Amino acid sequence: MKIWALALLQSTAFVLLAPLFAGWVKWVKCRLQNRRPPPLAQPYRDLWKLFGKEALLSHNASILFRIVPYIVAGATLLAAAVVPLLAVNLPTAAIADVIVLTGFFALARFFLALAGMDVGTAFGGMGSSREMTISALAEPAMLLAVFTLAMVAASTNLSTVIEQVLSDGLVLRPSLLFALLAMCLVAVAETGRIPVDNPATHLELTMIHEAMILEYSGRHLALIEWAAQLKLMIYGVLIANIFFPWGIATTPTPVALLVAVAAITAKLSILGVLLATGESVLAKMRLFRVPAFLLLALTLGFVGLLSHIILEIR
Amino acid sequence: MNRFDWLPELANRCQAANIDFTETEGPLGAARQWAVAPSDWGRMAQAASEQGCRWSALWAEQIDDDRLRVSACVCLCGDYLVLRTHVPLSAPELPSQTPWYPAANRPERHARDLYGVVFTDHPDPRRWMRHQAWDKDQFPLRRDFPVAGTVQGETPPDADYPFLQAQGAGVYEIPVGPVHAGIIEPGHFRFQAVGEMVLNLEERLGYVHKGIEKIAEGRDAAGLARLASRVSGDCAVAHAWAACMAMEQAAGVDVPARALVLRAILAERERIANHLGDIGAICNDVSFVFAHSQFLRLRELWQRGNQELFGHRLLMDGVVPGGTAVDLDDQKTDALRAQCEQLTRELNDLLPIIDDHPPLEERLVGSGILSSETARVLGAVGYVGKASGIDFDLRRDHGYAPYDQLHVPSPCQTNGDVESRLQVRVDEIRYSLELIAQLLQRLPEGPSCVEWRNPESGGEGLGLVEGWRGEIVSYVRFDETGHVARFFPRDPSWLNWPALEQLIHDNIVPEFPVCNKSVNGSYSGHDL
Repeated sequence: MKIWALALLQSTAFVLLAPLFAGWVKWVKCRLQNRRPPPLAQPYRDLWKLFGKEALLSHNASILFRIVPYIVAGATLLAAAVVPLLAVNLPTAAIADVIVLTGFFALARFFLALAGMDVGTAFGGMGSSREMTISALAEPAMLLAVFTLAMVAASTNLSTVIEQVLSDGLVLRPSLLFALLAMCLVAVAETGRIPVDNPATHLELTMIHEAMILEYSGRHLALIEWAAQLKLMIYGVLIANIFFPWGIATTPTPVALLVAVAAITAKLSILGVLLATGESVLAKMRLFRVPAFLLLALTLGFVGLLSHIILEIR
Repeated sequence: MNRFDWLPELANRCQAANIDFTETEGPLGAARQWAVAPSDWGRMAQAASEQGCRWSALWAEQIDDDRLRVSACVCLCGDYLVLRTHVPLSAPELPSQTPWYPAANRPERHARDLYGVVFTDHPDPRRWMRHQAWDKDQFPLRRDFPVAGTVQGETPPDADYPFLQAQGAGVYEIPVGPVHAGIIEPGHFRFQAVGEMVLNLEERLGYVHKGIEKIAEGRDAAGLARLASRVSGDCAVAHAWAACMAMEQAAGVDVPARALVLRAILAERERIANHLGDIGAICNDVSFVFAHSQFLRLRELWQRGNQELFGHRLLMDGVVPGGTAVDLDDQKTDALRAQCEQLTRELNDLLPIIDDHPPLEERLVGSGILSSETARVLGAVGYVGKASGIDFDLRRDHGYAPYDQLHVPSPCQTNGDVESRLQVRVDEIRYSLELIAQLLQRLPEGPSCVEWRNPESGGEGLGLVEGWRGEIVSYVRFDETGHVARFFPRDPSWLNWPALEQLIHDNIVPEFPVCNKSVNGSYSGHDL
């Protein structure tokens, strides 16, 4: 029973802290660009504001348009429940493995793309088309990285993978290194960050994710924004906890959990700084260069898989 | 090379083609005037085009109760020739010049919408400046049309403009604007695209038609200068200077040398401020936010400098008829020098980053190419022209005071892409800083303004100034009482907006914002 409470607590923390992580990235980005940053709590204020606003619907919006925000938020929430934030061996981790996790993202994206086309504006359709192009390439790359992990741990369960990496100790595994690189590239593309997409742009014609959700407002928009922040956090935690799992609680004792909180805070802070730095020194790439970018991720994932087979199987 | 040494050749050409024209003496500054028979209006354009002249401006005016006068301005080697003709108000028909000069397309439609001049063989019968604020048989700039307009209440939406259609599998249409997500002026862009490839882009402007030409009528000289400052807010100095130049020609007022140098300093400051903002904005449109915030900061500091030295961030109302309303004492001169030095220092740090940053280069090089040939046909001016190898700068080629005393380097590129337009801006900032230093050295003593005196009846003038966007042509005519009878400011955007439609070909839809920003036409200056 206690363990379920802990699992619930972890998922809640995930959901509640996601805006904070997004706020942190924004804060660092502002500082790197010599601008005065908004307070870290700004994403919460924005969400609060959006939840308080009326949700406007286009005349030709179907029922689909209205339920998609809930599907997207729900699927992302489920994905978050699967990812070990503080402790491994929680019962929620056994619900689904990492392939299902990818599936949750695909489900959310599928419905978001449908909603983008639902109202029939040019921008929504454009965004959906671009999003599908990118995901068609990002998903295989993500899966290859995931398969590398699965082969290392002989399991697709995230908890088992993390425990395996932990028990290996500080060994440099080429396969994991390649998988890490592939995962980082996929994460940038999937969460719509520079150089693939720009979450802060106002230019409708260049948007990908934002173009799909242009027609959303009020609580609908708040849910979608929150889901996007959650997705960013999930990718951050995946990278932090799979490839650098040290500090995560293997037993549910208070001390271990406190150490885990400190560790994940430090790891995400560093990741946030890296992301913000990358976003500040890079410009957005041409849309037609994105496939090459994702092909690189795919190749890295494949090399990771091969190097595991060639170098690491005894 | 002498001024107008090409004119006899053009005259011969016209005589050979049996074109009816006579040279008229007129006080239009350095521009020469030809009176052309209405029936030869189109063939005159053909002859000028064969001579290699660039088409620059067209305006109509009602000179008495039953006649309209149409004037067109062509230019070669920095010499301006104004072609003029008269048509009766009862049957205002003229052959079009558009078949030889695509640049004349929109100005002729503008004259048709506002004066009712019918250009008989014009290829595009659609309205241009008229949306729904007046009927198609009403002509707001004619004398009988009330300044307040005729439509009561809300203006109906302009929903039925017939855009060019594209048909075929997978072709779709993207309407963008007139209201945009950023804080910019309104204008509509209609894309026809297949996938991400742009098949065609069509602009629809006129959403900020404010009736500047109409409300200019009846103003005194000072009032017109104030209005001209506001034709396009980012171009306050250059438009006011052009209008004042025209008025001073008309009235025969000699501007003191000190005022001319001060005007040039203001104009160069305006150029620097806008180029700084544009460089940042171009970088922002490819999501290189670092450069955006840095250049925005530099522009802000520069504009605060404007406020401190000249009392207005955008330098509005600094230029007045007869001189300038602002002056520099020793203290301010030192402050100005210090500002220039600080900007130079900061640019030395920042420009290398812009110059040599692969992710930025990847986006800017090869985007939105305007070929030299297309630029020439369209008569593109300013940085748009210069980036495509059209080495024309009024300050150097027309040599108006005080630039006739200075060496004005003109940065010219040949690639015609976004990167070239960015590079022209970078170079122009450097040259403008040098020019300011030179101008400060030769700032003459004396008054900065002379008293204005009203012109004799019917005085007219043509102001020609290189604004930061390029060539500004400003025509002013006074009536018998010394009030303005006609004011036509031709913003460079008239010539550069059509270039955007061309340079976007073969690009993908998400490249449009940065291409648009690299051209940065003025909506207000065009819509008038």
